[in-house]
Order: sequence, then structure tokens, then C-alpha cells
Amino acid sequence: MTRRWSVWALATGALAMSAAAHAAPPTAAMLANACGGCHGTQGASAGPSMPNLAGQSKKALVEAMKAFKSGERSSTVMGRLTKGYSDADIVAMSEYFSKQKPTAYAQAVDAKKADKGGMLQEKHCGRCHVDDGQDFKDDAPIMAGQWLGYLQIQMDEYISGKRKMSEKMAEKVKHLSADDMDAIAHFYASEKMGETK
Amino acid sequence: MTMDRRSFIKLVGGASTVALAGCAGGPAVSSGAAAEIMPKSGRRVVVIGGGYGGTIAAKYVRMLDASIEVVLIERNRQYISCPFSNYYIGGLMKDLTPLTIGYDKLAADHGVKMVYEEVTGIDAAAKVVATKGGTLAYDRLIVSPGVDFRTEEIEGYTAETPSLMPHAWKAGEQTILLRQQLEAMPDGGKVVISMPLTPYRCPPGPYERACLIANYLKTQKPRSKLVLIDANPDVVSKKPLFTKAWNNYYNGIFEYVPGKKVTKVDAQHKTLVVEGIEDHQGDVVNFIPPQRAGRIAVAAGLVGDDKNWCPVDATTFESTKHKDIHVIGDAAVAGAMPKSGYSANSEAKVCATNVVALMNGKEITELSGINVCYSAISSSESISVAGVYRVEGGNIVGVPNSGGISPVDFSQAKLEHVYAESWLKNILTEMSA
Ligand SMILES: Cc1cc2nc3c(=O)[nH]c(=O)nc-3n(C[C@H](O)[C@H](O)[C@H](O)COP(=O)(O)OP(=O)(O)OC[C@H]3O[C@@H](n4cnc5c(N)ncnc54)[C@H](O)[C@@H]3O)c2cc1C
Ligand code: HEC
Ligand code: HEC
Repeated sequence: MTRRWSVWALATGALAMSAAAHAAPPTAAMLANACGGCHGTQGASAGPSMPNLAGQSKKALVEAMKAFKSGERSSTVMGRLTKGYSDADIVAMSEYFSKQKPTAYAQAVDAKKADKGGMLQEKHCGRCHVDDGQDFKDDAPIMAGQWLGYLQIQMDEYISGKRKMSEKMAEKVKHLSADDMDAIAHFYASEKMGETK
Repeated sequence: MTMDRRSFIKLVGGASTVALAGCAGGPAVSSGAAAEIMPKSGRRVVVIGGGYGGTIAAKYVRMLDASIEVVLIERNRQYISCPFSNYYIGGLMKDLTPLTIGYDKLAADHGVKMVYEEVTGIDAAAKVVATKGGTLAYDRLIVSPGVDFRTEEIEGYTAETPSLMPHAWKAGEQTILLRQQLEAMPDGGKVVISMPLTPYRCPPGPYERACLIANYLKTQKPRSKLVLIDANPDVVSKKPLFTKAWNNYYNGIFEYVPGKKVTKVDAQHKTLVVEGIEDHQGDVVNFIPPQRAGRIAVAAGLVGDDKNWCPVDATTFESTKHKDIHVIGDAAVAGAMPKSGYSANSEAKVCATNVVALMNGKEITELSGINVCYSAISSSESISVAGVYRVEGGNIVGVPNSGGISPVDFSQAKLEHVYAESWLKNILTEMSA
């Protein structure tokens, strides 16, 4: 038995060598699969503070990751991770996630706050977060169905100045209180997008 | 144990007699005398081990090619996660429910066929796996059995030792026992943790445990002491962060003792002996023994020259010892990727991708992998280490100038504590749905 095994070991060694030679460079799916441990299978997040990536706009994903990589956008871990990818990798992964079916896990929101937020966002945010946040315009991400926990962290970071806003968004946000911003987060989180789990 | 053809057949033969009695509620055993479980008709991948690696490999093979039958063999009906089990031990989690998953949705939503059995042998030539309940044939086999302990290296270690000195390095009863012992210990008692030389499962795990037990003592039993006896010459993971947490939060309660390898235990007297000379006694002793690949990987001859871990190809995770058998997770030697749940998850996807490619005669794809390990340092703060991996010259290496540890000023620690919980939720959902 031992002898037969060593013959296989040789054969496998040869196979491994030729395999390595013929391996294609990582595909978009290969790159993106590695993100699933935190962002969920194919970017559909089940964790209330981890953003959904599935169905997000490609442009918003690219811009977010480039900003993490350059340090322009504050982050806990994404800065360290994006430094491991080329700009082409970032575009490939963004394209991949943008094409996944949006999936929103059921989440609890405060209906009163959501009502108030719905009215506020239409006036103040709707120019960029169009269609009640269900669609995107330019770099602005889709907001509908995003996790409340994640949105609240982002709102806090915008208000505290830790995460920088575009001047145009800042112009709108400055008219709103922290409670208003929280209400808008509840509104966006309350919207159903794609498949609900 | 090394397996030759004869002992394999003996195992299979022995197993067939217990097949019917042994798997009540399990899959129907075919009526044939060889007790083959589910005769193979089409192409089949068998996966051994329904943990961080195996569940993901099984699911992703099915997602990538639903024409391949996937059978996942796991000894337990439920899986309890080691990640976050230190929260439970430190009293920050009520019970193990948040850490427990089942396999029903993997079966229902992804068509993974579950077999709840103990795998007892692998015949690499015949491409057959033996379980206590019967045999299963495969075209390719993915092995993710986690670790077992090298207790034979520890003088005085017996089958009874873990019930007196829990390792709590596999989650479940052992985790509960360690917490019970901590709860039963009077204020003013002494807790000793002993950890082995690298490589072992989860490099930051023992240091996180030290933080959370120290946190428990600080808040519940402030006159008590905790000692961590590390066989390694220095802290092997997130050193500046753990050292700072110990100094800032647990000064006076916690002592770190590096470079002391425990060679002997006296479980009755809760005593550890370092290199045959120095004794450490505690009221509660958490002895984490040195480790190797899960028993089945050793029995099947998948381990390398070190007799402990399984060498694999860095692209396909195919064993360099046996053709058509792939090894992932803690059991595998995955270059720069550490032995963690996140690594096992990432490796499983790479392996599944290339197993499907090989079975379809398609080109294989180079690895791109990630590892992130969060560790709690108190009841409200966590730190992390991150890495992005690729293959260079046939080896898995970290991508230069990427990854690394959290800022040492703990400026992100509260946020990371929140994100860590979502990480757990996502990774366990990936495994079970
Ligand atoms: C205290 C602690 C904390 C940790 N924290 C983290 C963390 O925060 N993050 C992180 O990424 N990692 C963490 N880890 C590491 C993580 O638990 C492991 O790296 C991970 O479980 C490895 O996955 P695996 O698939 O190799 O093995 P496992 O997850 O152990 O799965 C192996 C499975 O195979 C089954 N099995 C084995 N042999 C057989 C057989 N012969 N027949 C049938 N079934 C069999 C077992 O029952 C088990 O279900 C931690 C570990 C510990 C101990
Ligand atoms: C360890 C967990 C973890 C891993 C792994 C991870 N992420 Fe993230 N991701 C986060 C967290 C946390 C945030 C919030 C920003 C921060 O604190 O880093 C985030 C934010 C993002 C955002 C911003 C979303 C938005 O709406 O603005 C994008 C895009 C993103 N991640 C993409 C990825 C991609 C692509 C990968 C894989 C290469 C990946 N992430 C891997 C945890 C993770
Ligand atoms: C002028 C266009 C514009 C307006 C108006 C605007 N935003 Fe934005 N918003 C953006 C862009 C672009 C981004 C993408 C990243 C960035 O620039 O920070 C963004 C990102 C966000 C994010 C982070 C989403 C994520 O996935 O991380 C939140 C939260 C947000 N906006 C809330 C608001 C709210 C609330 C308002 C209204 C008060 C508003 N925005 C108005 C353009 C706008």
C-alpha cells in the first residue's frame, strides 16, 4: 500500500505542477467570494451592521473601495483589505456584486421614524438618492433595504466628521438634526428591495 | 494509525454490522451486504466535516454545478462554533444558541445530501469512504476535519483529563464545562491557561480567551488571578494590541508567562509541569494541548513529513499525498493563511471552484483569499487582524502592503466590536443557509 501511495504522490506532484502552470488569474467571482464571510454569500448580508453589496450600483462600489484604499474614507477594516487589490480587481468585484440579485433580510424598524424620514429624504436627499433611495445617480449608492445598523454608523460618522461628505451632500445634511438623520436611516431600511429573506 | 487495504476492509466489514442499528434517523442503508450508503450514479463529491470549511465547500460545489451530487458527512447533527465561544466562557453570552447551526437548509436549499456518521477510513485507491454506517464512493473528496490533539506528547494525559482540565478548544460540552468551573471557583481563586507552540487552531484565540476570562474575574471575582502560560517565546498574534489590553485593563489580575512548554499534567491535582521542572497549579486549569490535523486525515495518510498537517496544492487544495482528495481548513498547510474559521471559509470556496473546474475539464483559477480574525478584548471592544492572499511561485502568500492589525490606539475598537457580531452572523449564515 505504502508503495502505491508514493507512486500517486509522484503523479499528484506532477499534476500539481502542471495545474499551477495552467491556472487562470483570479476571476471576479474568485475575488468576490472571499468577501462573503463578512458581507454574506454573493454580497447579501445577514448581519445588521455589515452592508449589503448585492445589487448595489457598480459606480458606488468602485468609488467606495477606491476611497477606502486611499484612506479618504474612514474604515475599520476595508482600508487594510482594499490595499490588497488592484484597481482592476476593484472594478471586477464591483461589477460582480452589482449584478447579484438584491436580497434584503427582514429587519425591525421604527414605523414612526420611518414615516418622518420618508418625508425628510424626499426633500433633502432625493436629488441624489433618487426614487426614495431605490435607485442611484452618479456616485450615490442605492439606500433602500440597506441595514439600519450600518446606515446609523455611517450617519454618525458623517455627523462627527469622521467620514467626509461631498460638499453638495453636506449642504443638505447641515439643515438636519441627528434625529432627522436617524429617521431617514429608518426609512431607507424599511424599504423592501429584491428578494426578502 | 496507518491504514492498509486489509485493515480498511476490516473496518468496513465491522461497520456494516452496526449500520442498521447505528444510524437510526440517518439515511437509508442500501440492502447490499457491503452496506453502501447511497450508491453513486452520477458524478459525486463527498465532503468530510460540516464545520467552517466543509459546509462552504459543499454549498459552493452545488452552487457552481448542480449536476454534481454532493454528500456531506458529519458526526454531529448540530455544529457549535468555536468563534465567539470565548464570549460564552467569559459570561458575555447566555447560552450557546447563537453559536449553534444545523444542516437542514443546506440540504433543502442547496440539495446537499447529509450523512450523519463518523468517518472511519478513506481508501484513496478505490475512492471510497468508510463510515460506521456504511461506505460511500466519490469522484473527488474534500476533507475538512479540523484538529485533534497530540495528547500522546503530554505525560499523564488520559481520557479523563479533559473532564478535569477542559481544553474548550472544540466548542460544546468542553466550553460549558470551563465556564461552570469558572463560576464555581470562589473569589480569590487562580485560573491557569496553557497554550501550545504554533501552529495550532486560531492564533489569537488563547489571548482573546485570556482577555475575556480576565474581564470576568475583574467584574465578578476581583480578588482572583489569571496566568497564561504560553509555550511560544512571545505573543504570536496581534501582540501590540493584546499587550496593551492586558496592561490597560487587566493589570494586577493577569500575568503573561511566555516560553514555558507544558510537558506533563496531573489532572487530579490541577497541576501543569513545564519541561519536567516547574509546577503551575490552579483552581481552574484550561489546558490547550498541541494539535494536528483531525484524526481521519492522519489515518488516511494525508499528513506530510511532520506527521501533523496536510500538504496541499495552493490552487486546488488537492493533497500532494493522494490524488482526487482535497484538504482545507485547519488540517491543511495553506501557506501564509492562518488556521482560522475565516481562512477555512475562503479556502473552501477556492477549493470548490477548482474541484468543479477539474470535474468539468475546465481551466482552474488561481487562489484569491482573505482572512480576518476579530478578537474581543473586553465586553465592548474588539480588535482584528486582516490579510489578503494570493499565490506566488506555488505558495500562498500575503499580498504585500495590505492587511495588518487594528490601530493600536483602540480608536476603532468599539466599532469593531459591533462589526464582529455581524461577521459571526454572516459567516454562520453562509454555512447554514
Ligand atoms: C476558542 C476559539 C476561538 C476561535 N475564534 C475564531 C474567530 O474569531 N475567527 C475565526 O476565523 N476562527 C476562529 N477560531 C478557529 C476556527 O474555529 C477554526 O479555524 C475552524 O473551525 C476551522 O474549520 P475546519 O472546517 O477546519 O474545522 P471545524 O470547523 O472544526 O469542522 C470540522 C468538522 O468535522 C467533523 N469531523 C471531524 N472528523 C470527522 C469524522 N471522522 N467523521 C465525521 N465528522 C468529522 C467535526 O465534527 C466538525 O464538525 C477559533 C477557535 C477557537 C478554539
Ligand atoms: C472582516 C469583514 C469584512 C470583509 C472580509 C470585507 N468587508 Fe467590506 N466592509 C466591512 C465593514 C466593517 C465595512 C464598513 C467600513 C469599515 O469599517 O471598514 C465594509 C464596507 C464595505 C463597502 C462599502 C459599502 C457601502 O455601501 O458604502 C464595500 C463596497 C465593501 N465593504 C466591499 C468589500 C469587498 C469587495 C470585500 C472583499 C474583497 C470586502 N468588502 C470584504 C467588512 C468587511
Ligand atoms: C448631492 C448629492 C447627494 C445628496 C443631496 C445626498 N447625498 Fe448621500 N451620498 C451621496 C454620495 C455621492 C454618496 C457616496 C459616498 C460619499 O460621497 O460619501 C452618498 C452616501 C450616503 C450615505 C452612505 C451610504 C453607504 O452605503 O455607505 C448615506 C447614509 C447618505 N448618503 C445619506 C444621505 C442623506 C440622509 C441625505 C439627505 C439629507 C443625503 N445623503 C443627500 C450624494 C448625496
